[in-house]
Amino acid sequence: MTMRASRFAPVCLFSVFAFGSAHADEVQVAVAANFTAPIQAIAADFEKDTGHKLVTSFGATGQFYTQIKNGAPFEVLLSADDTTPQKLETEGDTVKGSRFTYAIGTLALWSAKEGYVDAKGKVLSDNQYQHLSIANPKAAPYGLAATQVLAKQGLTDKVKGKIVEGQNITQAYQFVSTGNAELGFVALSQIYKDGKVTSGSAWIVPANLHDPIKQDAVILNKGKDNPAAQALVDYLKGPKAAAVIKSYGYQL
Amino acid sequence: MTLSSADYSAIWLTLKLASLTTVILLIIGTPIALWLSRTQSWLRGPVGAIVALPLVLPPTVIGFYLLLALGPNGWIGHFTQSLGLGTLTFSFAGLVIGSVLYSMPFVVQPLQNAFSAIGTRPLEVAATLRANPWDTFFSVIVPLARPGFITAAILGFAHTVGEFGVVLMIGGNIPDKTRVVSVQIYDHVEAMEYAQAHWLAGAMLVFSFAVLLALYSSRKTKAAWS
Repeated sequence: MTMRASRFAPVCLFSVFAFGSAHADEVQVAVAANFTAPIQAIAADFEKDTGHKLVTSFGATGQFYTQIKNGAPFEVLLSADDTTPQKLETEGDTVKGSRFTYAIGTLALWSAKEGYVDAKGKVLSDNQYQHLSIANPKAAPYGLAATQVLAKQGLTDKVKGKIVEGQNITQAYQFVSTGNAELGFVALSQIYKDGKVTSGSAWIVPANLHDPIKQDAVILNKGKDNPAAQALVDYLKGPKAAAVIKSYGYQL
Repeated sequence: MTLSSADYSAIWLTLKLASLTTVILLIIGTPIALWLSRTQSWLRGPVGAIVALPLVLPPTVIGFYLLLALGPNGWIGHFTQSLGLGTLTFSFAGLVIGSVLYSMPFVVQPLQNAFSAIGTRPLEVAATLRANPWDTFFSVIVPLARPGFITAAILGFAHTVGEFGVVLMIGGNIPDKTRVVSVQIYDHVEAMEYAQAHWLAGAMLVFSFAVLLALYSSRKTKAAWS
């Protein structure tokens, strides 16, 4: 076994160098759950156009922060907010000057049932539902925005007993899509493609009802010397990625 | 910095959930274990395997299927709705159902082992003394299987306290209803409230160690779990 391994090792090593020299680097990215669909679309183009490879992990931003502080191998963070990248920057965990806003999120009130949510979101105050699903407002920016919308409409106390929390926006979506909650605040990107809501019914929440959901990206210290990390950031700023990002209902 | 009132209510809820789950599991787990330890039926294998499933399945699988089954379009959901109970996701009752499934092997297996260890001889003696089956159960089986019952109760309780994935998937994180300690700790960590997370996590660690210490120290003979 050992003998066989040692015989093949030089060959393997050689092939790594041979392909590695042709600028095929790998970049590990932590991606906020709401950006799952767009990054998958962008990744395909990015890999084709640059030859680099994208390795993505999806999760809640708060969870990524803890993992990054504890040595996670992420090289780029696509956060769901702007405070977490800023915090990491102040704490010296990022490459200076790399932080920028890659998307501004849009909140939607959504139901898996056709015709359940009206165009003005009146269903919310009509109060005919049992459960309203939101993302955990302490950890997820879309959850925080949802509570701001409720407060602005004077509904906070009225819906208090009906709120169910997902740990992140994916779970908030899951509660609604399985029908366990009739209604929920989700990221528009989860239910939107090419200018249309893809299933159920939704109210696209006007941006003036909550603080802007600025989603910032940053290169982390681990990605400092990785050309693929810089290439990804440049790519996200480019027109091709912008078109994809907009097609999922984000502002730029 | 100590525990907040939200932390205390999460602890209280967890203890309530674990106690209720343990009682229910002892009631339904005992006949299952008794049957498994005595039967010659071909169903012994399949039933034993189903009971043991939660040992190997990730909680996300159980949580995912429960979310679908308990929901308005699932078969349990249809049933509870027809009874006028609505759906059980996001409710304490839903968590109890999830916990009973999830902790089942931790109660059934020690009981089954204890019952098997008794063998057939004491039961035959009881029968020759004309004890009826209930009498045999309470006067012969229960006293002889006592260590098994204690192990089953402790493990069922402790395992339910340690439950996380299933609750996360069907609970909806509602204070006083579904926000148990493990979820509360996760919340604290996600919100970067590390001090509060430490208090609760530390308490869990001490509790779990104390429970296992009590369990392993009391087991001087090999009666309970062979």
